[in-house]
Amino acid sequence: MPTILMPALSPTMEEGKLAKWLKNVGDQVKSGDVLAEIETDKATMEIEAIDEGVLTAIMVPEGTEGVKVNAPIAVIREASAQPSPGASAPVSPVKGETQKEAQSPAVNQVSPPAGETVVRSTTGEGGVLSDPEIPAGTEMITMTVREALRSAMSEEMRRDKDVFLMGEEVGQYQGAYKISQGMLDEFGPERVLDTPITEHGFTGIATGAAFAGLKPIVEFMTFNFAMQAIDHIINSAAKTLYMSGGQMGCPIVFRGPNGAAARVGAQHSQDYTAWYSQIPGLKVVAPYSAADAKGLMKAAIRDPNPIIFLENEILYGKSFEVPNLEDWVVPIGKARVARAGTHVTIVSFSIGMTYALAAAEKLAAEGIECEVIDLRTIRPMDVETVVESVKKTNRCVCVEEGFPRFSVTSELAAEIMTHAFDYLDAPVARVAGKDVPMPYAANLEKLALPNVDDVVAAVKGVLYV
Amino acid sequence: MAVSSAYLARKAAKAEKSTKSSAKVELKNSGLSSDEELKAYYDMLLIRRFEEKAGQLYGMGSIGGFCHLYIGQEAVVVGMEMSAIEGDQRITSYRDHGHMLACGMEAKGVMAELTGRQGGYSKGKGGSMHMFSREKQFYGGHGIVAAQVPLGAGLAFANKYRGNKNVSMVYFGDGAANQGQVYETFNMASIWKLPCIFVIENNRYAMGTSATRSTAASDHLGARGEAFGIPSEQVDGMDVRAVKEAADRAMEHCRSGAGPYILEMMTYRYRGHSMSDPAKYRSKEEVQKMREEHDPIEQVKARLLKSNRASEDDLKKMDADIREIVTAAADFAVADAQPDASELYTDIYKVA
Repeated sequence: MPTILMPALSPTMEEGKLAKWLKNVGDQVKSGDVLAEIETDKATMEIEAIDEGVLTAIMVPEGTEGVKVNAPIAVIREASAQPSPGASAPVSPVKGETQKEAQSPAVNQVSPPAGETVVRSTTGEGGVLSDPEIPAGTEMITMTVREALRSAMSEEMRRDKDVFLMGEEVGQYQGAYKISQGMLDEFGPERVLDTPITEHGFTGIATGAAFAGLKPIVEFMTFNFAMQAIDHIINSAAKTLYMSGGQMGCPIVFRGPNGAAARVGAQHSQDYTAWYSQIPGLKVVAPYSAADAKGLMKAAIRDPNPIIFLENEILYGKSFEVPNLEDWVVPIGKARVARAGTHVTIVSFSIGMTYALAAAEKLAAEGIECEVIDLRTIRPMDVETVVESVKKTNRCVCVEEGFPRFSVTSELAAEIMTHAFDYLDAPVARVAGKDVPMPYAANLEKLALPNVDDVVAAVKGVLYV
Repeated sequence: MAVSSAYLARKAAKAEKSTKSSAKVELKNSGLSSDEELKAYYDMLLIRRFEEKAGQLYGMGSIGGFCHLYIGQEAVVVGMEMSAIEGDQRITSYRDHGHMLACGMEAKGVMAELTGRQGGYSKGKGGSMHMFSREKQFYGGHGIVAAQVPLGAGLAFANKYRGNKNVSMVYFGDGAANQGQVYETFNMASIWKLPCIFVIENNRYAMGTSATRSTAASDHLGARGEAFGIPSEQVDGMDVRAVKEAADRAMEHCRSGAGPYILEMMTYRYRGHSMSDPAKYRSKEEVQKMREEHDPIEQVKARLLKSNRASEDDLKKMDADIREIVTAAADFAVADAQPDASELYTDIYKVA
């Protein structure tokens, strides 16, 4: 009796919602029949039967949220009635998205509504300290990074008609990662443009439009694909203001997920933070929390310069408190002390913050108090905030997911040496991704990425304990 | 353009008369009024003399780096500009001096940029290949082969987004026509109906490689637009009349909302790819033949003289005026101060 398991429908999916059963108990099922609709945080998908027989049990009723991948959801008794105990059916193959139309009601249910707590959360969430930029008494609402990015773009597009969004699948498909969900409906196809799969070309077109004074937001499905377009980002967008003696200008935001997702191999798992941060003329932003994602996205869209806005796929579904303000803008170029401490400074950004905050939590239990700094903006880097902290703690660990050589953390180490040499009681330690292309195998991938224990060990290293 | 208005006014009466008397014939044969013909002559000659002077300054060490001269191709930009209206944009490659002069940028500012002085269009920070003028809607000056093609389509995108009637003129060479981003751009320009004229300046050589050695079906590059549903014309780019007529058709097409248009201009550069190119890949005879039989400036000159719309003296006077402008530009460009050292750190970021 094959058991149907909750399928994983994307590389990063851990759980999903069983939106709808299309078969009832007792129904005859043929291979290829659609059994149910599953909603992930990215899309609504159909699962098909691969076995023939009668649907004898439904274990998870429709409407259930947070169903873990590989949890049993139904049982089909084979027509030939040859029960083979213990043999489970493999995950049913994915048929494809059910949602094709922007107007489809299913689409609007894909993500939880703003304010609803997302079930999935990871360590570190509790590490978000009250932010001095938020006025006292401000109401906070819980929001995923995905929702924060969407609301920032939508607010800015309502505010300024020169702002538009372009990229692959941003419109009718509602966004490959559902960041732009619903935006086509609100703003129409003139301002939410689906592009062909042609990064070099559409990045050039967007940059030209920015030369003419429009304010494009270019979504790269992932920053891995932006390598095809990097000539326009650097040679056209970043350098033209200088080359024109200040006459031109390029108000544009290049955004999308950056860095490793999960199990997608070397070509889809690269962190480009250090690459872009090397370029004068670019500003590079890499938020961790939803509040920063929202506030920095709004700042990026208003900035008259080309901005590289590096998101992280793993963080998209993570929930944070976001101030419920009419116009929440976080200034570019300012780090944030996410956790106060006196023994060691940990500096990180983007998903690196999850390791940094979790390590700080773990170390606190041992009596080691870490000050955790979220850079938020990588270029221009807020060296001052880092140096001020190091002057207090005299020790520093820098954390990132990217390659370790010529990296953001090597730059941090150099800056700290230059500006706080006399305050250091130990060499600056760095925790980064390994110096290898990202492997596919689950165990190797895990080894290639930094983790909480690496950070804990590095902190103990600089403390000589 | 900086044509002496007194000169034109003086010529106008005379030209008007001859235009009227042979209006039909002239339209059919020329497409240019006397004023236009004189203006074309002036504009092309200004480019020619400017480039000759730039070559000279390069030889003297006043201009550094790369310097790509436009001599021989003057009819292309001048003919195109005759069709442009206020607000139309233009963008091109690194062979850009002619485009800047043709759209009305001042010789002084262009030359001073070539010498890297503070009075240059980019304050000396761009050089020959990177100059811009917001005022004249000149968007560069791009050093990466074919990068200007999607950028130019982006300017057209802005026109469409804003719902105005302006057209973006996007110039690139036969060499750039082999870059992938050109076809990515054709595709999007076509599906989005962008008001964009792709002007392929086919001067037969991609740096030192002839089109026949580097380019499939090199006898008609414009035809590559067919695959994307973009209409194209092959134009005698040495004849400013033909250029202007084709430009008129292309402009009308774009302004009507029908999408992009390709004009393949068959042209020729007399000089090497850049100042350091001895042009050994082609024969002296080939160059000589073009100069003698197809020179864009000589063609107009012959017509003006033949139709008595200008005398030798008129044209000599015009040449003298132009030489004066160019000499003044060169004098300024070598005398002007270099940018202040503080300029090193300016214009990297715009302050909101």
